[in-house]
Amino acid sequence: MTQERLIEIETDILAKNDRYADANRAVISGLGAFAINLVSSPGSGKTTLLCKTIEMLGDQPLAVIEGDQQTANDAERIRATGAKAVQVNTGKGCHLDGHMVGHAMEHLSLEKNAMLFIENVGNLVCPAGFDLGEDCKVAVISVTEGEDKPLKYPDMFTVSEIALLNKVDLAPYCDVDLDLYEANLRRVNPGIEILRISARTGEGMQAWVAWLRDRLAAKPGAGV
Amino acid sequence: MHEMSLCEGVRSVIEEAAVKNGFTGVKTVRLEIGKFAGVEKPALEFAFDVVMRGSVAEGAALVMIDLPGRAMCYDCLKEVSIENRLDCCPDCGGGKLMPVGGDEMRIKDLEVL
Ligand SMILES: Nc1nc2c(ncn2[C@@H]2O[C@H](COP(=O)(O)OP(=O)(O)OP(=O)(O)O)[C@@H](O)[C@H]2O)c(=O)[nH]1
Ligand SMILES: [Mg+2]
Ligand SMILES: [Zn+2]
Ligand SMILES: [Zn+2]
Ligand SMILES: [Zn+2]
Repeated sequence: MTQERLIEIETDILAKNDRYADANRAVISGLGAFAINLVSSPGSGKTTLLCKTIEMLGDQPLAVIEGDQQTANDAERIRATGAKAVQVNTGKGCHLDGHMVGHAMEHLSLEKNAMLFIENVGNLVCPAGFDLGEDCKVAVISVTEGEDKPLKYPDMFTVSEIALLNKVDLAPYCDVDLDLYEANLRRVNPGIEILRISARTGEGMQAWVAWLRDRLAAKPGAGV
Repeated sequence: MHEMSLCEGVRSVIEEAAVKNGFTGVKTVRLEIGKFAGVEKPALEFAFDVVMRGSVAEGAALVMIDLPGRAMCYDCLKEVSIENRLDCCPDCGGGKLMPVGGDEMRIKDLEVL
């Protein structure tokens, strides 16, 4: 004879991921490091942006985790700048998760007060839901994608602290209204910071690098 | 989409609960899913059946309970209920709403044997 009973669970479905993410966050905080999770659609310019950012950051200690379904291309592009990079291939998976990032971090020997850049899989949907242990998400969106993307894929922009509106050098060649782009970003996240940049020409990149340095300096334990 | 990974999350929570509470079969799994969680229900149902195979929850019924969408209005500073992610504030008509609820994906309870 079997007896039925009700068991209260009240647990987040992603609780396991959150535990991995919390462990990563503890390692990052312990080092006084600052980690960002770069999210975007494929091809918005994340790797180009990172290469340029690394160059501008000079001797700032840093490391990069590259997430793609396949290939080691992006990690190779990052290593060509002289920076440390680990490639994570997600195979069938469409996003990085806390477990994958934890293992990638084991290979990086992150330094004290370093910046850790995590380039997520190009996908405007599910990376929004998976905490990796980062300090914040940064959305990269390019002018060629169209002003309506924030409205079509709101979640990614709601969870991001800052949006980098990339490829502004191409704005004159596209029928793009950058003010409308920004208004749509604020429509789905009224608190989001927005920087117009071009990873190609360097326009706006000083402001981005200054933002990164400020955020690293604001982390407890940094500067020790 | 990531419905498969969500179901793997559900499975691991159930397996931990089975060890802790000593049950060997699950009749019903009740999830609470926020309106803005972006969960594709038919895809989740499909993935659920596949992922639970070989676990204590194989063959269990899946029940999804909807949770409302809630947002903070940056114009009138009130927390309001909204139907759609891009709705304006039902109180003041403002368009600057920050979701504060509705992205929940929780396992509420299990009917076990
Ligand atoms: N004109 C212009 N092109 C850019 C800019 N940034 C990136 N690109 C180009 O956009 C294309 C995609 O850039 P990537 O850096 O590979 O983009 P990604 O986001 O890393 O792509 P995935 O990792 O595949 O999702 C490349 O041809 C870049 O040269 C920019 O600011 N201006
Ligand atoms: Mg890339
Ligand atoms: Zn995914
Ligand atoms: Zn492991
Ligand atoms: Zn209002």
